[in-house]
Amino acid sequence: MRGATQAKFAAGAIAIALAATACSSSSSSSSGSGSNANGVVTAWWGDPQNPLIPTDTNEVNGGAVLNMIFDGLQHYNPKTGVAELANAQSITTTDQQHFTITLKPGWKFSDGTPVTAHSYVDAWNWGAYLPHAQNNTDPFFTSIQGYDAVHPASGSATAQTMSGLKVVNDTTFTVALTQKFSLWPDTLGYSAFYPLPQSFFTNQAAWEAHPVGNGPYVIKSWTKGTGMQLTPNSTYSGNYKPKNGGINLKVYTDPNAAYADLQAGNLDIDNGLSNTALKTVQSDLNGRYLNQPAGINQTVAFPLYDPAWNTAGAKLVREGISMAIDRPTITKVIFQSTRTPATDWTSPVLGAEGGYSSTLCGDVCTYNPTKAKQLIQQGGGIPHGQMTISYNADGPHKEWVDAVCNSINNALGNTNACVGKPVGTFADFRNQIQNKQMTSAFRTGWQMDYPLIQDFLQPIFYTNAASNDSHYSNPQFDSMVNQANAASSKSAAVSDFQNAEKLLVTDLPSIPLWYQNGTVGWSSKVSNVSLDVFSVPVYTDITVNK
Amino acid sequence: MGRYVIRRLLQMIPVFIGTTFIIFAMVHALGDPVAALFGDKAPDPAVAAQIRQQLGLNDPLIVQYGNYMKGIFTGDLGTTFSGQPVTELLKTAYPTTLKLTLVAFTFEVIIGIGLGVISGMRRGKLADTGVMVMTLIVISIPTFVIGYVLQYLFGVKWGIADATVPEGAPIQSLILPGIVLASVSLAYVARLTRTTIAENSKADYVRTAVAKGLPRRRVVTHHLLRNSLIPVITFLGTDLGALMGGALVTERIFNIHGVGYYLYQGILRQNTPTVVGFVTVLVIVFLLANLLVDLLYAVLDPRIRYA
Repeated sequence: MRGATQAKFAAGAIAIALAATACSSSSSSSSGSGSNANGVVTAWWGDPQNPLIPTDTNEVNGGAVLNMIFDGLQHYNPKTGVAELANAQSITTTDQQHFTITLKPGWKFSDGTPVTAHSYVDAWNWGAYLPHAQNNTDPFFTSIQGYDAVHPASGSATAQTMSGLKVVNDTTFTVALTQKFSLWPDTLGYSAFYPLPQSFFTNQAAWEAHPVGNGPYVIKSWTKGTGMQLTPNSTYSGNYKPKNGGINLKVYTDPNAAYADLQAGNLDIDNGLSNTALKTVQSDLNGRYLNQPAGINQTVAFPLYDPAWNTAGAKLVREGISMAIDRPTITKVIFQSTRTPATDWTSPVLGAEGGYSSTLCGDVCTYNPTKAKQLIQQGGGIPHGQMTISYNADGPHKEWVDAVCNSINNALGNTNACVGKPVGTFADFRNQIQNKQMTSAFRTGWQMDYPLIQDFLQPIFYTNAASNDSHYSNPQFDSMVNQANAASSKSAAVSDFQNAEKLLVTDLPSIPLWYQNGTVGWSSKVSNVSLDVFSVPVYTDITVNK
Repeated sequence: MGRYVIRRLLQMIPVFIGTTFIIFAMVHALGDPVAALFGDKAPDPAVAAQIRQQLGLNDPLIVQYGNYMKGIFTGDLGTTFSGQPVTELLKTAYPTTLKLTLVAFTFEVIIGIGLGVISGMRRGKLADTGVMVMTLIVISIPTFVIGYVLQYLFGVKWGIADATVPEGAPIQSLILPGIVLASVSLAYVARLTRTTIAENSKADYVRTAVAKGLPRRRVVTHHLLRNSLIPVITFLGTDLGALMGGALVTERIFNIHGVGYYLYQGILRQNTPTVVGFVTVLVIVFLLANLLVDLLYAVLDPRIRYA
């Protein structure tokens, strides 16, 4: 026992010495020192909530794995977020409603079976079919003709397949949408649209235990609740071939534990940095840290179904509240600059071309305490006398909610004008929102499904949309969104969406707070770490130092 | 003795039913688990209804509980939302936590009682004062602070121990978490032992033993300690269960995938089978530990008899 421990110490000392020399050699000759193509990268992970079925996964942990083991019709460029053809040879349309999709020949799943038009059509039909109870179908399949029959809002399904999907031959299929949707091809990079191999349909339980895809990696082993090992897929035909020898995902229950492991050299990639870690991360990691905007924004929404909040006066009050929030100070002090003050309802990852605007919200999103107080008084004061901001206490929200309330209270000169209102768990918080039990403001956030301005507006502000938590409804907004969806070019669609977004500045169903940045820290053993537009590390690009 | 044990075991049945029902009802009161499955998005009502029906969430609480109990007797404890059977989780989590608990318990017994005896025998001396001050410090610092500080010093700064526990939880990497988990209880055990030792060392039977000319060592181990340990054992018995349940904080700090981890995740995801399954096993551990303590009394003190 003692001998073993001492041997371990010795090994540890040697490892540290090696790591130290590796570190110095790589810094002296920068990135040109070469990499170990067989080196395995250890990365932070959390236990996925649902089975790893593309149509059932809507959270980051499952999503990270799906992106590694699948490649869809389109692939979002990790740097620009632009959709590029991957498995699809072409996606064509003449009327923005009927699309013909042709696949590149020769693509295979990692079990050797070919990827055909059936792999896509069957997977989509399976996912949309109501009895399979997949939770990632809306809004991805809702626009396809025949969705209502396989997935009625109430009652049971009357068909097993969507009438809008037709297989022409092994490499071609057509899609008919219920209405015009000009940007639809750009949505196809999202994980819900991934294909599934035949083995999924013949033995689902076996597939779930060991998912098989067509992406850059294959799952080598998976110990549920502990970790997953992925190795490069030799049959992968796409453009994102792995530059390392595999990824070792390790489940962490607490972000601080992961950070301790990163510092101790047991973890290479940590994209789950906690607020505490962010305070010292720059110096702890010698600059091996990245902080860049992500497709996530945070807002404070209002219950427009509450009559007190749905008056002309309340509109002025909301404008005043927005002006009372000192965004730059809060993002700097509370978030260590890992948030960027918001200037619209989208995200900087879209770029000006994609519909992001740094001026759209203008004065309404600019701190002005004097004007704020005046507007709130003019609007008849805060409804119900006091404003609360509800948030789920199991997430890292208390600090900023208190800061926002302080900012509002200071502007109004009243220490009780706004208080934070914690709700125990996220599930309970969501229940209260869904059951329309909110009587005052609540936190809302949006993580984009695909880098399109459409995704930041339609699901949240269109009448009765899936995530319209404030229950905002403006016929003018709806018709402008419809017009954008019928536009014949991408640029026309984007400018139509921006016009719709301008209505939000006057109606203010929610107040933009800030855009979230993605952060990642890494060990001295790896290089070329970057984050894609979804703030997920680009695992395929990471190289292990020699 | 045998009849006593049987009676105690039978008494566990109503306790078992009562606790499982209370936990079942409490997880239920947290709200609708289906909403939590959809992340930041509002659930599709049709899908939500489908999932509710599949999980039997539309039945009244008492019917759901009945179905759950029916499952328990056939060895089916339900599944998580990702389709893993809860029995599988129990099988991976309990051995890990048990290992951690035993490491912590060993520290607690050896160091706690050891320090207690030393300071009880040398009341008022430097050693006694030292132990009292040290234990007071440990009791007043929250466990997570001790945990993070030790993890940083030993795991990150000096690199002597693993910063977190690797897969499979080997014993040598559990030493640091074990000390952290045991720290507060250890301090209580030391203080409790000190008091009873101090009291009993003046007792007549100890004086008699000394007068008989027995060696000091024998007086302490056979006469003094045996009588002084009864309250300490009561504490240790209840603490064994508390350690298993209370490992949650330590398990999070050191990334140990044990009971605390699955329980925490079960609560976050409002997965009733996970929470009830884990708590039920914890309850059984508590009950058995208490029974063991009661039986140990009889071994230590011949005056106590169970008919």
